[in-house]
Formats: sequence, structure tokens, C-alpha cells
Amino acid sequence: MDPAAAVAAEEEEGSEKPPVIYTMENKPIVTCAGDQNLFTSVYPMLSQQLPRDPMEWRRSYGRAPKMIHLESNFVQFKEELLPKEGNKALLTFPFLHIYWTECCDTEVYKATVKDDITKWQNVLKVHSSVDWLIVVVESDAKKKNKTNILPRTSIVDKIRNDFCNKQSDRCVVLSDPLKDSSRSQESWNAFLTKLRTLLLMSFTKNLGKFEDDMRTLREKRTEPGWSFCEYFMVQEELAFVFEMLQQFEDALVQYDELDALFSQYVVNFGAGDGANWLTFFCQPVRSWNGLILRKPIDMEKRELIQNQEATLLDLRSYLFSRQCTLLIFLQRPWEVSQRALELLHNCVQELKLLEVSVPPGALDCWVFLSCLEVLQRIEGCCDRAQIDANVSHTVGLWSYATEKLKSLGYLCGLVSEKGPNSEDLNRTVDLLAGLGAERPETANTAQSPYKKLKEALSSVETFEKHYLDLSHATIEMYTNIGRIRSAKLVGKDLAEFYMRKKGPQKAEVYLQGALKTYLAEGWALLITHTRKQLAECQKHLGQIENYLQTSSLLAADNHLTEDERTHFCQEILNFANQQTEGQGEKVILSMHSFAQLKTLHFDPPNAVVHVGGTLSVELTLLSQMPIPVQVDQIAINVHFSIEKNSYRKTAEWLTKHKTSNGIISFSNEVVGFPLSRNNLPALELYEMYERSPSDNSLNTTGIICKNVHMLLRRQESSSSLEMSSGVTLEDGAHMLKCSNLILEPGINRITFRTQAKEPGTYTLRQLCMSVGKVQFVLPHIYPIVQYDVYSQEPQLKVEPLTDSLLAGIPQKVKFTVTTGHYTMKNGDTLQLSNADAMPILYHPESKAVIYSNTRERVSQSTLTIQSSEKITSIALPMAPAYHVIEFELEVMYLPSAPVVAMERENLINKDLHRKSKEKQKADNCMATVDQKVTIDCPWSIYSTIIALTFSIPFNAKHSLLSAGKRKYVQVCVQNMSELCFELSENNLKNSGNYTDLQLVPLNSESQQLIYSKQSVFFVWELKWMKELPPSLQCQFLFSFCPVTSEEQSFSLKPFIYEFQVENFFTLYNVKAEIFPPLGAEYCKTGSLCSLEVSITRLSDLLEVDKDEALTESDGYCTTKLMYEVVDNSSNWAVCGKSSGVISMPVAARATHKVHMEVMPLFAGYLPFPDVRLYKYLPHHSAHSMQLDADSWIENDNLSVDKNVDDQADSSSIRSRGSIHSTTSGEHKGLPMPRLQSFSSGQVFNSSTGMQILVIPSKDDHVLEVSVT
Amino acid sequence: MERIALLSPVCSPRLQNYPLYIRSVPTENELKFHYTVHTSLDVVDEKISAMGKALVDQRELYLGLLYPTEDYKVYGYVTNSKVKFVMVVDSSNTALRDNEIRSMFRKLHNSYTDIMCNPFYNPGDCIHSRAFDNMVTSMMMQYVK
Repeated sequence: MDPAAAVAAEEEEGSEKPPVIYTMENKPIVTCAGDQNLFTSVYPMLSQQLPRDPMEWRRSYGRAPKMIHLESNFVQFKEELLPKEGNKALLTFPFLHIYWTECCDTEVYKATVKDDITKWQNVLKVHSSVDWLIVVVESDAKKKNKTNILPRTSIVDKIRNDFCNKQSDRCVVLSDPLKDSSRSQESWNAFLTKLRTLLLMSFTKNLGKFEDDMRTLREKRTEPGWSFCEYFMVQEELAFVFEMLQQFEDALVQYDELDALFSQYVVNFGAGDGANWLTFFCQPVRSWNGLILRKPIDMEKRELIQNQEATLLDLRSYLFSRQCTLLIFLQRPWEVSQRALELLHNCVQELKLLEVSVPPGALDCWVFLSCLEVLQRIEGCCDRAQIDANVSHTVGLWSYATEKLKSLGYLCGLVSEKGPNSEDLNRTVDLLAGLGAERPETANTAQSPYKKLKEALSSVETFEKHYLDLSHATIEMYTNIGRIRSAKLVGKDLAEFYMRKKGPQKAEVYLQGALKTYLAEGWALLITHTRKQLAECQKHLGQIENYLQTSSLLAADNHLTEDERTHFCQEILNFANQQTEGQGEKVILSMHSFAQLKTLHFDPPNAVVHVGGTLSVELTLLSQMPIPVQVDQIAINVHFSIEKNSYRKTAEWLTKHKTSNGIISFSNEVVGFPLSRNNLPALELYEMYERSPSDNSLNTTGIICKNVHMLLRRQESSSSLEMSSGVTLEDGAHMLKCSNLILEPGINRITFRTQAKEPGTYTLRQLCMSVGKVQFVLPHIYPIVQYDVYSQEPQLKVEPLTDSLLAGIPQKVKFTVTTGHYTMKNGDTLQLSNADAMPILYHPESKAVIYSNTRERVSQSTLTIQSSEKITSIALPMAPAYHVIEFELEVMYLPSAPVVAMERENLINKDLHRKSKEKQKADNCMATVDQKVTIDCPWSIYSTIIALTFSIPFNAKHSLLSAGKRKYVQVCVQNMSELCFELSENNLKNSGNYTDLQLVPLNSESQQLIYSKQSVFFVWELKWMKELPPSLQCQFLFSFCPVTSEEQSFSLKPFIYEFQVENFFTLYNVKAEIFPPLGAEYCKTGSLCSLEVSITRLSDLLEVDKDEALTESDGYCTTKLMYEVVDNSSNWAVCGKSSGVISMPVAARATHKVHMEVMPLFAGYLPFPDVRLYKYLPHHSAHSMQLDADSWIENDNLSVDKNVDDQADSSSIRSRGSIHSTTSGEHKGLPMPRLQSFSSGQVFNSSTGMQILVIPSKDDHVLEVSVT
Repeated sequence: MERIALLSPVCSPRLQNYPLYIRSVPTENELKFHYTVHTSLDVVDEKISAMGKALVDQRELYLGLLYPTEDYKVYGYVTNSKVKFVMVVDSSNTALRDNEIRSMFRKLHNSYTDIMCNPFYNPGDCIHSRAFDNMVTSMMMQYVK
């Protein structure tokens, strides 16, 4: 395969033909002296057996030992083979000298062999070669022939004696080498082991020596006259030897060292530390035929180096070709591609650094050829699958080649519409000349890099074909391995190419693709640049809309210069102002790049306006154009909807929602800038604890992001970050317009005014700016902006200024007239129907204030009020629609109607403790009176009725008090209000026609203050001459006025309280007396005392006595009474009957006495037990029988049951059971006697409140003191 | 002659790999620099995903030479929070060896950490910090020839 291999073949013949170059067939040389025939017979076996087993090679300088398979090139010994003094050649160096003999005859030995060996040894000694071996071959056949042979060992011993002093191992015996016996096998093995060991020893020694020499040489590199090329040759020799020994790794190290050494020199040269020899490499580049990697050794280049004629590219090429070869031996093709890329970059840099003159394009050719060469070389040694799997290693070369071909194309005028001009052609010819002729080794390859380049440069068409092939291949590879960005960059180059070739439609795809990537990752500068290219492309394509959109983006792009921005802005304006016949289609563009809506400001700020009112909307627009732009019209498209929620339209809503300042801010998402990520929702993080279900111990804890789905939402490929098209203009009947204005760069404020017409909600939907034929549209205004138009009916509201109105004092009431859509004209009045009880008071100076609907005070005017008997007429001031008129008037309620005492009055005594809670509740709130006013409003034919609620500040109660037969009426007046009043002229009148009756007041003062929540009591004595009526109608009245006010003008207002007192004449006097036991001075605890109750009738038969209890016989009337002794405080124990029924004569001074025994339970002053008296109605009473169930129960409830309850509560001695049996008996409808209590005042208990001293009994050791 | 780009973390879902900070000295050819840095992200991503397979604990933040170009050498570095640092050095600048690049990255990282510690800095925002600027400037000047 290699022509160079022929060189090696010559080696065996003679060493006279230096230089000997390493080839694949090279092996370390071993010379053979002595019996050549013998050797020839052994040789096949030897050459086969030697490499079979590996041998460990221990090496100097701490290098790791290696297992090595040894092979050798056995040549006949000649003195010429031995290296002369100073010859550093390693390849031709004989590493071992072997002397072969099969002599077994002492005589023969002495006669010839010994001399021969001695001669051989002397030659070796002259050349100070110590690596030798003497092999004695023995064969049984020969022994048989000679009978008188010496023991075989003797020859070997002789030789050892003669030559191997102290080195007995330098002589080995090989027994019957050609026989297939175990003995011969053993002998072979021993021999081979020896041979290998000696070879390795020789390697170690000689290579070590060589390396030492080499290092010495390298150390001299600072000396003048040192030549890199010479040194190169020396170290390469070492590399060759390593390669020969299959030690490719070591060989590679040699080249890498050379590489590094050279690189360092170049770097130093760049730093000003030049070496003389380096200047030679700086000769101008004249040949750029690329790397040659198809031969193991590029002899041409090697010769150039050896002759010190190599250029930098030559040296680099040769060095790399060697490294490449070794790497491929080492099965590391991917390292080749990686190193290749580094090399190419490095060479370009080095040439720059060394300031080597390079014709333009020459390096591009060299790099292009080299890339393809490397790629083809790798393809040559790997299969398709391997290559596909390692695209990431090779794609760089592809990309580099593409890049270089592109620049060649540009250089040679192949990328243009017109094709190359003569200058370009000349340049092409020069470049092709530098390539030289194609190498013979690739001459037959159809797709050789050389042919490709030549073809690509030959015509515009072929260039395009090759360039596109390469580009597409590169893009595909990049895409396949996921290097999208790199793919896009190549695509952009391709787009540039197409643009040059006037093929914008092909370019667009690539530009859009790249732009999308850059937008997605927010690379502003790249976006700008790509957009600029895209704009040009779109212009060529005639995509007017897209072009204008891109232009607007570019005009707004602050990464461009002012001039560029102005240019793009002007492009839009030029188009916009183009005159076209027939008013062609308008072009609609997205506004976001042209101008940004920053804020929107409503006036009125709450964005609510009444029908006919004026609304102004101020837009703050940030114009992103670099120059002022004349705008024909700005329109806001408004969507109208009838508002369902009528509340929004009311004036109340207005006043309650006036907090906002009317400014709505818009956060602008600047498309294509990283700011947009701010619009992502914030992380919603929550702590998470997970407990084990069994023992509730903490299993895991962490933080959970709850809106992961929002944040990690896959970015849809369809979601266009660039809103190029699809902006539609809504058609709407409602528009806010503003015409003919100039939009200055930066902030502009534009005010729209509109008169509200139909009530409803108006939503601002789109913003549209017309510039000539171009319309910039903001398709959605977000957040939603709305304003409301409302219409309102006129309304009158009357409300007190205080929480509640009190009767009897003048208080202010506020009138609020909401005009709504009604305009108050001169002469419009409010007509109030007068009510007697509630006069309307007014001052001549009372004012009305007019507010606008937004609560701004507009004006004030005096109020004219005229009052006739029936009607109060308030002349309203003139006010426009949608205003509020407010004024205040004083009203007063005169409590003309008397307060009537409640019916239950006579039950109070009994119900007191039961109903006390409810009563207290009722007592705490004032009685109220609603007063209605009818108002006629000018805007309506209907009257408005307004109810005012007044509270009556006082609460009156009365009670009847008795003292024997004398009667008193007590009235308690309680002030319920918060004010302090002065009471005067209190008076109690008998409203009945009992002239006989006299009411004697016992009240001292005529005027009294009554403070808030206080009560005042009034008492009168009843006096009469004749018989009293069974009931008495009374009317209590007093005058009051508030004390607090400074104004004395308050007139006194009357308070009237009417009540009725019944059955107030005292019928019985009950008197209880307790006597100590006979002989004792005091009552003692535990001892029985006598209780004497005397019941005395105070009057003769009266009307009230006529009931069913009354029995009449012999002109005497008797009635049945039941008495009962009750001790509520359990001070007494009543012994025996505590109650009884007595028959009482109905006659004055009739007395009935009852005795019973009581026992004091405690010592001290004990109040007397109560004695109660009831009417005892017999069961046969007709009335009772007639009672239906309901009234019976009612009655029961009213009297008996209560009574029973009282007994049950109070009597400690009675058992409850008995009571229940009686009550249950009653319920069964059995005729039972009934009890009826007397009304208060009919029974006078003269011993109420009496006490008796009870002393403790002497026996008592325990003194009980109870304080009640 | 050296350019530094600091790139965003990948955890931002919407826009990843946007430049947090990008600085170029000298400023000419800035566009090419931006393209280079952007393209280098391909390799950074590749390296990061390759590293993901390796042990995470003993991860080396320094990604080494991402790829050489004719004119520049591009180095990468990635923090644990996936903030990528990319440094582009002129190929001719031989003063910068691997060790220098490493220490520069470490310095950048420290400075970036300081920025992140600033309570007023919103992670993910572009960096506008004078301290950071100064640090980068001094670092660049140190090696600019």
C-alpha cells in the first residue's frame, strides 16, 4: 500500500543506503554471525516464536512497566552495521548480536570456531557493543556420527570460559531446535526468554542512552546555531523506535513534546524572544495544499524538515499527520478531530503571531482542505454508526470547513448576483495555484478535498452546490446533537448567503428561526442584528406589513444608533405617506414597538359620569420612535354594554368610590426582553410536613411550590413572542378620537374628551393610531379599563342629623335633594304638608348648599321658606342636573296625645318579679312615634311621604299607695333620653266627673331637674267626702324643656300621662301580732310564740263586694276570705295550719281573729311573716261554671296559679305535691273553690314592716347569725 | 482582550439563558462576542447534562475550555444554581492559562454571590452593580495586554 514500504525492503541488503526510514515493516535489528546455514534453518521457527509471548519491560525514569511483544529483524552480521561514533541513528541500530554455532567437536572448535568468535567479539568491542549472545545448537544426529565426542557440555563450557567471563548467561544452548520433542520445546523456551530479556536490556540501555543524548541536545536549544529541525529528527527517531516496538503511546508523547516545544517557541517569539531558527519558518506561505493523512509518513514534508526547508505549515502538517497516524493506531479517531480543530486554529494564530505573509484566502484553502482531509481520514477508519454517534466530535470541523468555504466564496466573488469579476478570477487562479497538483494518493478519489475545493472555486453554481451541501450537513449535525444555537448561527450565515444571491425567500426561514431562538433567550444585541437582516429580507420580499412591523421594532430598538433608528422610522413614515390611487388597504401593525401605553387617567377620577356629563381620558404614551411622528388620529375603541348592576350608577356609589385617583397604570411587557419574566407569577411556597400515619412522627418535611404548573409550563413553540401579524382592528360604534397631533419621542400626553350619552358601561378595548396608511393597534388594553355613564332619577331624602329625634324639642333634619337628570328651575318648590303635631321651624337665614355629584361644593344660596296654615313651601335654589342640594330645617314634635298607662298596671304587683326582666328591657328604650310628612316635589306629580320617627324622652309609671283608709297616688317619671330636662307645672287631674274627689299634691317644688336616666316621683293624696267611685280616671301632666341649651327660647312642652286606678278603697285591715310565750319577756328561738292575726272590715257593703262569695242571710252579709301566713325569708316555722278560710261579716268594724303558733328559727329582729288575704269563691259559682276552658285557664294564670306558685315558692312547710294535686284537680274540671286576690289598696296590712326581737335560747351553744 | 458574560440560571422557565451581565473589552466586535457566547451555551448545556450523570457532590464548577474558535477561546463555569459564567479570551492571549481562568471564574463567582446577598437585588434581574463592574474591570485590565 505504501510506496515508502519499499525502503524497508532494502534494509536487509545493505546499510549503505541511509537514511533508513521507519515503516510499518520495521523491526529492531538483530545481527547474526557464525553459521549462516544453521541460522537459516532455525530462522522460521525463531521469527515465529519470538513475538508469541509478551515480556515485561521495566523502564527507566519511573515510567510504568509495559508488557511488550518483541519482534526482530535478523540480519547477517557485518561490521558496517555497527554504528560509527557519533551516529545517532536508532532505527538502524543493532540491538543484539548473536553468534550461531553447532560445533560439537573440540578440535573443530579450537581450529576455527574459537577464532571466528574472537574476531566477532573484537569487532564488537571496537564498537563498544556489549549486547551479544552466543548460541550453541546441539543436535542428536551429529552426536551419533561422531563416536569420540566430548561431553557436549565441554564445548559450551569452553566457550563460556573463553568469552563469557562472569557473563555465563551470554551463551545458551539450543537443543534439537528442529525436532518436535518436549526437550527441544523446553530448550526453545529458555532460549527465547533469554533472547527477549537480552533484547529488552539492550533497549533499555540503548534507548536510555539515546534519550540522554537527546536531552542534552535539547538543553542546548538556547545556544546559537541550534536547529529545531535537527532536534526534530532526533526525537522523531525515538518516536519511530517506540512505534517500532508498538509503543504508540510513547511515540505520540515524542511528537507531543515536539509540538509543545515548537508552540512555546512561537509564543516566545510573539513575546519578542525570537530564536534564529524560527525565522526560517516565517517565510511567506506559498503552498496551502492542506494536511495529508493518508500515508503513515509524508516523506516529502519530512525531507523538507530534514533539509530545513519546511515552512510552518509544512512542519505543522507533518507533525499532525504523525500524531494522527499514531492516534488512529491507538483507536482514538475522535481525538484526531479534536486535535485537528485545535491545530487549525492554532496554525492560523501562529501565522498571525509570526507575521507570516499569507496571500488572502490561502489559509482558508488550507483549513478547508485540512478539515475535509481529517474528516475523510476518520471516515476511512470508522464505520457509519460510529461516526453518527460521534458527530459532536466532528461537527466542529464541518462547521469550520463551511465557514472557510463561505469566506473563500466571498473572497472570490462567487457569492454575488453577477458572479466573479476579473479581479476575483485572478485571485481564484492564484489560490488554485497554491494548491499545486493533486497528490497521487487521492488522484483516484472522486470526492477528495482537493477536487472539492477546485470544483467549488471553479464556478458560481458549483460553489453554491458545495456550500449548501456543507451548510446543510452542518446544520443537520448540529440539530441532531442538540446544539440548536450553533445550528441557528450556521443558518444565519446561510441566510446571508441567500441574501447576497438575491434569494430572500430562502433567507427568511433561517432568519426567523434564529430570531425566535434569540427572542426566547432574550439576547438583545443578537435580536437587533438579526432583525436588521430580517428587515432587509422582508423588504426584498415585498412583505410590506412584516417589513413595517420589523422596522417599527428596529426604530424602537435602543441598541441601534440614532441614525439607524431614524432610518427605520422614516421607512415607516415614507410608506405611510405614500400616495396610492384608490386608497389602498391600510396596513395594521402592532403598537407595542411604536409606542407604549403607560398610564391612563380619568377625569372625573372615579370614571363615572352622568348622562350629558363630560369625561376626559388622558393617555400617557411613551413613543419609542426616535423622531417626532405626525399622527393623523388616535382612537380608542370603546365597547358599550348596558350595565346590569344599577348600583354602580347611583350617586351613592359615586361618593363611596371616590378614593381612586383615576390613574390606571399599565405594565408593559417589552417583547423580546428579559423583563418579561417578571410577569410570571411569584412562587407560592408552602411548608410541607408529612407525618407517619402510625405514630405521627415527622417523616418528611420540605417546601412545596404550589404553582409549579404555572411556572414550569412548557413554553409552547406556537406562542409567538413576536406579534408580527394577527392584529385585528375591532369594529366598534363607540370611539374616542383625537386628531392631528405630533407624537414626540418619549412621553406624550393625549387627552380625549367625550360627552356621555347613553347610560351604561364603556370598556376601552383597543388603541389605534393612524399614521397615513399605517395603523398601529394595541389590540387589548389590559388591565381592563372602564368608565360608566349613569342616569339618575331626582330624589329627595330627609334624615335627622342626630341618631334619633326626641319629641318635644326642636331638632335639625337634613334635606338632600339629588337632582339627577332634573334641572332645578327658578320657582321650583318643595311643598310640605303641615302636621299639627310637628311644626317646621326655620330661620330666615337658613342656607342651601349645592354640591356637584362628586361632592364638590358648587354654591350656596339662601332658602326662602313660606309657610301657610296647611303647607310649608320651600323654594329650592336653581341647580343644574346631577347636583345635590342640601339644607337643614328644624322640626319639633309636640307630644299632644297622652301616654296611656298600660292595662297590666293592676297586675304589676303580682307580676313584678316574674316580668321584671322584660320590663326592664322595655323600660330602657323609649317609646317612639312616627310622624309622616307629605312632600310634593317639583319633578313628580306624586307626593313623597316621609316618615320621621320621634322618641318620647319620658316614661311614666303610677302606683297606688294606702295608709289605712287614706289613699295616695304616686307617679314616677323616668328620663330615658341623654338630655337633662327641667320639669314644671306638674299636675294630676281627675279626669272623671267626681267633683267630690280632691287630689292634694304632696310635692314641694314646682320646678325640678331630671337628669338623664333618672326618675322623679310625684305623690298626691286622694281625699273624698262621700262614697268613692270604683275606679278613678287620672291625667298627669307636666311641662318640660331641655336644660342644656343656651337658647331660652324653648317653650315648655307638656307631657301627659293618663291612667286609671280601680278598687282602691280599703276594705280590710289585716293586723298581725306576735307574742312571746306566756311568762317570757321575749321570743326565743326554738320556742313557740303565738301569732294573732286580726282581720277587720273597714266599710259596709260596697259595690265591689257584690260577687259570688257574698252570702246574705237575715240582713247580714258575709263573705268568705282565705288567709294565709307566708314567711318568705324562712325566719318562722308556722306550726299547724298556716292558712284557713274564714267567714267574714260584711260590716264595718267586723273583726275576725286567728291564732296560730309560730316558732322563730333565728335570733334577732325578725320581720313578721306575711299575712295574705284572698277572696274565697265557692265552687258552685255560676261564673266559674260558665268559664270556658280558655278563659278559665287564663284566669287561672292570672290569679290562682300565681298564687299557688307564690305559695310553693315561699312556704317551706307545705309540700308541693299537695298543691299540684289541687291544681291538677282543677284541670280535670272538678268543681273546686277558687281564690281571687284583692286589688291593691283593698287590703291594708297594718303590720307590714313590723319586726320583733327574738333572743337566742339559752340552750343554744351555737350562735347563728345570718345577715340578710 | 477578554470578554465576560454572565448568564442566567436555567431554572427560569420562560426565558432561560438570557444574559444577566455581559461585558466586553474592547467594545468593538461586540456583536461577534455576543454570538460566540450565545453559541457556547450549546456546549455548556452539553457539559452540564453530561455532568448530571456524574456524581453531583464532587462536581467541578469549572467547565474548562468550551470550544476554541479561530480567534477566541471560550471558557465556561457553572454554579450549583446553574448560573453560567462564560469567558471569552482572545486566542492570542497566551498569558491566560487554565489556572488564571479558574481563579478569575472563582472571583466572578464570589462577586456574584455578593450580589445575590444584596436584599435589594431581585434574583434573575440583570446585574447593575458598580461593585461588580469594578471587579470585572479590574480583572479584565489585569490580563489585557
